[in-house]
Amino acid sequence: MSALMEEMNERALKAGVPLSVQLDVTYRCNERCVHCYLDHDDHGEMTVAEIMDVLDQLAEAGVFFLCFSGGEVLMRMDFFRILEYARSLLFCVKVKTNAFMIREKEADRLRELGVQSVQVSVYSHRPEVHDAITKLPGSLKRSLAGMRLLRERGMKTIIANVLMRSNLNDYAGVKALAKELGAEYTIDPTITPKMDGDHSILPLGIGDEDLRQVFRNGDLVGNVEEFCAPPPTVNDDVLDGLPCSAGHTACYISPYGDVYPCVQFPLPTGNVRKQKFLAIWRHSPQMNEVRSIHARDLPVCSTCTHVGSCTRCPGLAYMEGNMRGPSSQDCEKSFARTGLLSANMLLKNASRAQSTLVQVAGVRQPQDAPLSQVIDAAPPAQPSEESVTRL
Amino acid sequence: MSALYLARSKEIAARVLDGEMMIMSARDSTLFSLNELGTIIWQAADGATSLEEIVAQKICPEYEVELAEALKDAEAFVRELAEHGIMLLSDQPIAPPAAASKERA
Repeated sequence: MSALMEEMNERALKAGVPLSVQLDVTYRCNERCVHCYLDHDDHGEMTVAEIMDVLDQLAEAGVFFLCFSGGEVLMRMDFFRILEYARSLLFCVKVKTNAFMIREKEADRLRELGVQSVQVSVYSHRPEVHDAITKLPGSLKRSLAGMRLLRERGMKTIIANVLMRSNLNDYAGVKALAKELGAEYTIDPTITPKMDGDHSILPLGIGDEDLRQVFRNGDLVGNVEEFCAPPPTVNDDVLDGLPCSAGHTACYISPYGDVYPCVQFPLPTGNVRKQKFLAIWRHSPQMNEVRSIHARDLPVCSTCTHVGSCTRCPGLAYMEGNMRGPSSQDCEKSFARTGLLSANMLLKNASRAQSTLVQVAGVRQPQDAPLSQVIDAAPPAQPSEESVTRL
Repeated sequence: MSALYLARSKEIAARVLDGEMMIMSARDSTLFSLNELGTIIWQAADGATSLEEIVAQKICPEYEVELAEALKDAEAFVRELAEHGIMLLSDQPIAPPAAASKERA
């Protein structure tokens, strides 16, 4: 991040300005990705007039970075009207799309309207793997064709490569594709629960050993030594730190007008169909509760050696049941990076060992092994496969 | 010196943050922060008003500076913005782009 961008973030934080907003214009989609956290029915999307009114409010509130996502944005026939209006308000616009429906005409419009970047999810360089994830035959071919059209027009494109068990071995191929297309390449090993709290898709994510390997691959993470460095010393600065930008300088708006701290943090804070955006942003009790939480307020994480470098997502913690609690997936990441168990993992292991002892002690017969051997047989202080894939 | 007209490029994002104008170029994602004087010139860059008029009307009276001196600095400033593609310059008035409408197409 440039120094000016850092300064911009700090000033926005100080002034209480929502610098970045993601607005999903629809949850409808032409793909049915196996790991998607959304349902794809239309439960009453905002009309184009409603969205334009929201955009006016966001500009007034000081929003600079606006990300249009979905669903698939181009499922809305009026998407370019929305985009054109947003650009007339001088937002810096990023579009997330699967690019399946981007042909010459759409590529031209995206270029003319001065969209800052277009992000496309690509899961594999092999059609049989990518298309099996999107469940849309021909989707890789069409997505790449769309990206090429954008690139030919000099647009900045980004490939987002979500890593799962089914495509883990293909990241080198996707990275090579990105190079060929002149696109930036990002990986994301996080599978999030569905917005309705359903955790059934989490086992699609990669296991702990695979995560460890990914984090030690310099092609993916850059400087491995730096990326996997031991956590910094915990001090007051660390404990006074904020978890992330959600609710501080960023928020998310659903196609139905619901405002959340982040797309990954489905805590309802208000609805722009009923209230003004700024009223929600400034006065929602839920938004203010999110804002009030510093690292030292986290009962488990504040005691954790990783607290100064953990990528703890408060939204994932919320979906685990407590926005002040740990996010187990981030505990796994901290462990995979450093080999050091998080406070949450140590507690779980202790709890597991205790329950094992209680259970065994309860049925113990004279011929059973001595208690000392039962203790030795307790699960080792390592994260289990189960703890990786189940929250 | 012939008149210099200036207009904001369409290929930028801009917002006032805490009193300062933040501008990002869509061409190369470079971020700029304008100071108070720069913000005044930026906001007055409508394509129809010359730089000399902007400086004479909006800067000299407010900041008590000589027109020639202020104009020299202002011209250097707008030429720098033009180099980054975020300001358009011409010796003729520049037609504004068509505004996006909220009306149904």
